Amino acid sequence: MTANGILQITIFFLAVLALTKPLGVFMTRVFAGERTFLHPVLRPLERLCYKLGGVNPEVDQRWTQYAGSLLAFSVFSAVLLYALQRLQGYLPLNPMGFGTLHPPAGAVAMTPDLAFNNAVSFTTNTNWQNYPGEATLSYLVQMLGLTMHNFTSAAAGMAIAVALIRGFVRQQANGIGNFWADLVRSTVYILLPLSVLLALFFCSQGVIQNFKPYTQATTLEGKTQVIAQGPVASQEAIKMLGTNGGGFFNANSAHPFENPTPFTNFIQLLCIFAIPAGLTYVFGEMAGDTRQGWAIFAAMSVLFLAGVFVLYPAEQAGNPVLSKFGIQSAVTANQPGGNMEGKEVRFGIAASALFATVTTDASCGAVNAMHDSLTPLGGLVPLFNMQTGEVIFGGVGAGLYGMLLFAILAVFIAGLMVGRTPEYLGKKIEGKEVKMAMIALIATSAAILAFSGASTVIQFAKSSYWNPTLGPAIANLNNGGPHGFGEVLYLFTSSAANNGSAFGGINGNAPWYNLTGGLTMLVGRFLFILPLLAAAGSLAAKKRVPVTSGTLPTHGPLFVGLLVGTVVIVSALTFFPALSLGPIVEHYLMQSGRLF
Amino acid sequence: MPQATLEPKAPAPRPPAKADGELTDLLPKRLAHARPLFDTGILKRATKDSFVKLNPRALLKNPVIFVVEIGAILTTLALGRDLATGAGNIGFTLQISLWLWFTVLFANFAEAMAEARGKAQADSLRKTKTDSIAKKVVGAKIEPVAASRLRSGDVVICDTGDTIPGDGEVIDGIATVDESVITGESAPVIRESGGDRSAVTGGTKVLSDQIRIRITSNPGETFLDRMIALVEGAERQKTPNEIALNILIAGLTLIFLMAVITLQPFAQYSVNSAGAGSVPSVVVLVSLLVCLIPTTIGGLLSAIGIAGMDRVMQHNVLAMSGKAVEASGDVNTLLLDKTGTITIGNRQAVEFLTVNGVGAAELADAAQLSSLADETPEGRSVVVLAKEKYGLRGREVASHEAVFIPFSAYTRMSGVDIDGRRLRKGATSAIANFIREQGGEVPQDLLDISERISRQGGTPLAVADGRRGLGVINLKDVVKGGMKERLGQLRAMGIRTVMITGDNPLTAAAIAAEAGVDDFLAQASPADKLNYIKKEQASGRLVAMTGDGTNDAPALAQADVGLAMNTGTMAAKEAGNMVDLDSNPTKLIEVVAIGKQLLITRGALTTFSIANDVAKYFAIIPAMFMATYPVLGKLNVMGLHTPQSAVLSAVIFNALIIIALVPLALRGVKYRPESAASLLRRNLLVYGLGGILVPFPGIWAIDQLVHLLRLA
Repeated sequence: MTANGILQITIFFLAVLALTKPLGVFMTRVFAGERTFLHPVLRPLERLCYKLGGVNPEVDQRWTQYAGSLLAFSVFSAVLLYALQRLQGYLPLNPMGFGTLHPPAGAVAMTPDLAFNNAVSFTTNTNWQNYPGEATLSYLVQMLGLTMHNFTSAAAGMAIAVALIRGFVRQQANGIGNFWADLVRSTVYILLPLSVLLALFFCSQGVIQNFKPYTQATTLEGKTQVIAQGPVASQEAIKMLGTNGGGFFNANSAHPFENPTPFTNFIQLLCIFAIPAGLTYVFGEMAGDTRQGWAIFAAMSVLFLAGVFVLYPAEQAGNPVLSKFGIQSAVTANQPGGNMEGKEVRFGIAASALFATVTTDASCGAVNAMHDSLTPLGGLVPLFNMQTGEVIFGGVGAGLYGMLLFAILAVFIAGLMVGRTPEYLGKKIEGKEVKMAMIALIATSAAILAFSGASTVIQFAKSSYWNPTLGPAIANLNNGGPHGFGEVLYLFTSSAANNGSAFGGINGNAPWYNLTGGLTMLVGRFLFILPLLAAAGSLAAKKRVPVTSGTLPTHGPLFVGLLVGTVVIVSALTFFPALSLGPIVEHYLMQSGRLF
Repeated sequence: MPQATLEPKAPAPRPPAKADGELTDLLPKRLAHARPLFDTGILKRATKDSFVKLNPRALLKNPVIFVVEIGAILTTLALGRDLATGAGNIGFTLQISLWLWFTVLFANFAEAMAEARGKAQADSLRKTKTDSIAKKVVGAKIEPVAASRLRSGDVVICDTGDTIPGDGEVIDGIATVDESVITGESAPVIRESGGDRSAVTGGTKVLSDQIRIRITSNPGETFLDRMIALVEGAERQKTPNEIALNILIAGLTLIFLMAVITLQPFAQYSVNSAGAGSVPSVVVLVSLLVCLIPTTIGGLLSAIGIAGMDRVMQHNVLAMSGKAVEASGDVNTLLLDKTGTITIGNRQAVEFLTVNGVGAAELADAAQLSSLADETPEGRSVVVLAKEKYGLRGREVASHEAVFIPFSAYTRMSGVDIDGRRLRKGATSAIANFIREQGGEVPQDLLDISERISRQGGTPLAVADGRRGLGVINLKDVVKGGMKERLGQLRAMGIRTVMITGDNPLTAAAIAAEAGVDDFLAQASPADKLNYIKKEQASGRLVAMTGDGTNDAPALAQADVGLAMNTGTMAAKEAGNMVDLDSNPTKLIEVVAIGKQLLITRGALTTFSIANDVAKYFAIIPAMFMATYPVLGKLNVMGLHTPQSAVLSAVIFNALIIIALVPLALRGVKYRPESAASLLRRNLLVYGLGGILVPFPGIWAIDQLVHLLRLA
């Protein structure tokens, strides 16, 4: 590690810390439906949304109605995206002719299974992409399909988080809020204004925003190169802010048109954590005790810093096998040293390591370096981050409600040790809540393990429907051994965690992976959210037990440690066998001189 | 008129306070009449029951141990296959199978141990349930009827030496009754018609006199029947918290089941790609699964619950359900009756205050003389104070011309006419009238002192010698020794204490301050109590209270924990969810502590159980894949000898830890009254961190032994 690198990470963390309270205070007002400084401008837009949708934002919905609204909205928007993708050839804003009878050379066909995978992917805030964007989708689909989902899937996540907080805060209540109001307010007052600002900022830094056809250029060697164009800046802003991560281009934030400078890189990082961090403050503020929010923030921070300070040194240490061939891996004035494979020179090791950590802590999934090229330990960190269920700041909303699930478990297990029925924020944690938390936990880990397991052994005949070109599912891997196993595990982990970052090294555009991956994303999103909404409903109906010295304190360092321990132990116990056959053994093999 | 020498007596002792224990220690270590934890009879019975419980249908309610049993069946089948084909490592498979069966048996044993203790107690109760012949009143006649045929509403007569044939209410007469069958207390109690001491229990024995009883229960529904069912655990239902915990550990079991099942294809892939080693056998996979699933808490969970009920029972409290015991751990507010709980029951003389010009000795002398024949506890305490403070001993009064004036509600004073002196003590206004009647003048400071005592919560008792006012005796409610510390501990635990008293607010406030309760309810009527409970519950608090009278019944029923006194009426006992057989209201505090201990034990063993898994992974994962990836040997941090010995050691450790923790599960973990934060800190350290660390040396040591004995 270098002093410069540590400084970059420190400055980043301090910036997140500084944003947490102001953003949190603002968002609390928005969720409560109170007036903010943006109301004079945006209130008409909010009203218009309700009018167009024919909904009454004042109706307090029971958890079942809330969940019903969420599901209806998700199904509708997923079908919309599916249709847009399949019909793009007939629609405007398609200068390259994708989906028409004359697609450009090298274009990827939008098959039904790929369209399903992608529709699910963007609806669930996963944004896993089994296709290169610049070679598959028209500008219309990118803007109306993907960017729209980038807003709404993020807003839906925030809505769920707020509904869960209401469950803790309300007393003997039937309802947990109004989904439509939460969705619209999150979009109109939080995501939209920030995205406009960010898009303008990105443009100023060199991110492109146009509707031009792709440029043909002649390189210095005299070869022809196609340079993709498009309305990138507008999508880039919400891609980061909504922890979506679906790139306009295949190279995602490593592409100079998406993320041109170290400055944009820093701002993109900050965008990923800003809203999830702010939501911890919202939690504290709504609970009437900001210390509760800071405790969650602290637990997230501990896990974040632990991750980045494993990943960064691992990358900086580089690959011992290469060192044997006399390749310098030490830092010098002229080179960054360490493992630069798959990293952009303009970002260097620290900013790439930080990005890899942050994007998998939060369920963003944007990448500015190739995760497949990380050292084994470096690759272990993103994988484990996602396996915690994306609770380290996590996706917008998703991170908070995921962490609250662990808080429920931590309080339930350890809370008994103070001699009372466990309580969190004065709400008794009983059978119903434990059951719902366990269902969410079981569903996501089951999807990861079962589909990874199936993919490692399942055999298809060549030219079968499931994997027509390659046959067996593992034939789609570019690497063998534990690294190849890591690629499969990463695919399903990223899908279940609704992260969307790719380890790479796996050709996922085949019906088997498109369908199982899509299914995993659905499980990871909805079988996680629905039980939590049920828990929210049950919590809202309870009385709040007053705090006494006999109450388990959930705001101090002790609780932070307990929460961190629960997250790490529960996740590690579930995935240790799989990880030990993937990155862990790969690490030891690399040390003994074997690479994959 | 008393004839004999009147030696000042100590105030009569309260009903036996044996369960009070040390007041500073919330949970006395061991009660005199408690059963030893491991008694041979119980051990034998439990061992037998452990095998009976192997029946898979019975085990189905315990999902974790059920999975272990399925695993044991699988490995046994694998053993059969190996024996038939001669392939495989027969010795290893045999040992794993045996230890898996032991794991199931140990878990069964824990539960059986807890149950056997109750069953033994039920047996001894059942012995007392001989079918006696009752004397049933039919019209004007008395007919002999078998006690078991009596129905609610029948009237019977019991004479000296008769066993009371069923639960009922005394409708006529007064008798001393031996209730030792129920309470274990040999001192007889008085039962009389009317009032709050009219309830009698079937199976108890009349020691003197005759009473007429109206039976209030039908056959099979008597208190004794219920008691037997309760201690036997026949009606045992899982408590809410137990159900929630069961969901948690069943969920974890499911997660581990998936982790282990999917390990098979992962291993297949790894073996194929490395071209070395082999996929772990079913025996090894089952071993890993059993080690990971929370068998420790799974095996001990129901034992902890039963033992909690049993501990309450050992305190001579009969809990009607496990839910009540659990709820007592959650209590936020304790309603404590002043008399008998916070104070020692009667007012006591604590000082003599003289008016100007009167010597202290003179007042003490007059006070003592006037109280010699006063048999009330207050009167006796005056005599005791005079003796202790002024060295005045009891005196022969028979030789003197002494006429004792008893207290009457009309005069509101008592006293003695002796040697021409007219000594009186009583309410200040009554004594003032007396002085005036005698032609004297009431000293102003007599009134002032009285006023001051009243304000401080005491009761002033003025003393006069004829026309002279001498001074005032200060009668005070005396707070029980150690009560203040005990209430302080409750506060540390986050429990609010509320004193219930019939006193006026002024007096109540003074005693409340002295005892250190958080709040008080003065001049409390039963309706006030009920409203107070409802108010507390509305703000989310759980309330516990004690009561004995019929008019306490609504409040007892409303409270989350209602501890009825056994001496109380049947209505009160029916309304509460616990009955204290010793009728000691202070017991409520112990019940709360037991409830907390129960919950802590569950949490501690769950945490311990889950934390244990870390070490087991480090034992088994490298053992499974060392042949495929020799570099994974680096994870073998314990340096276990061979893959087989590693797996076997982990399985043995997993089984032994259950049996090792049985005493802890039955006794409950150590509980100290302190704040939640410090409780959590210590328990996390002991059971969380300890749970992570302990298995490392444990498994290592077993591996050494396994290696030494060449078992694997």
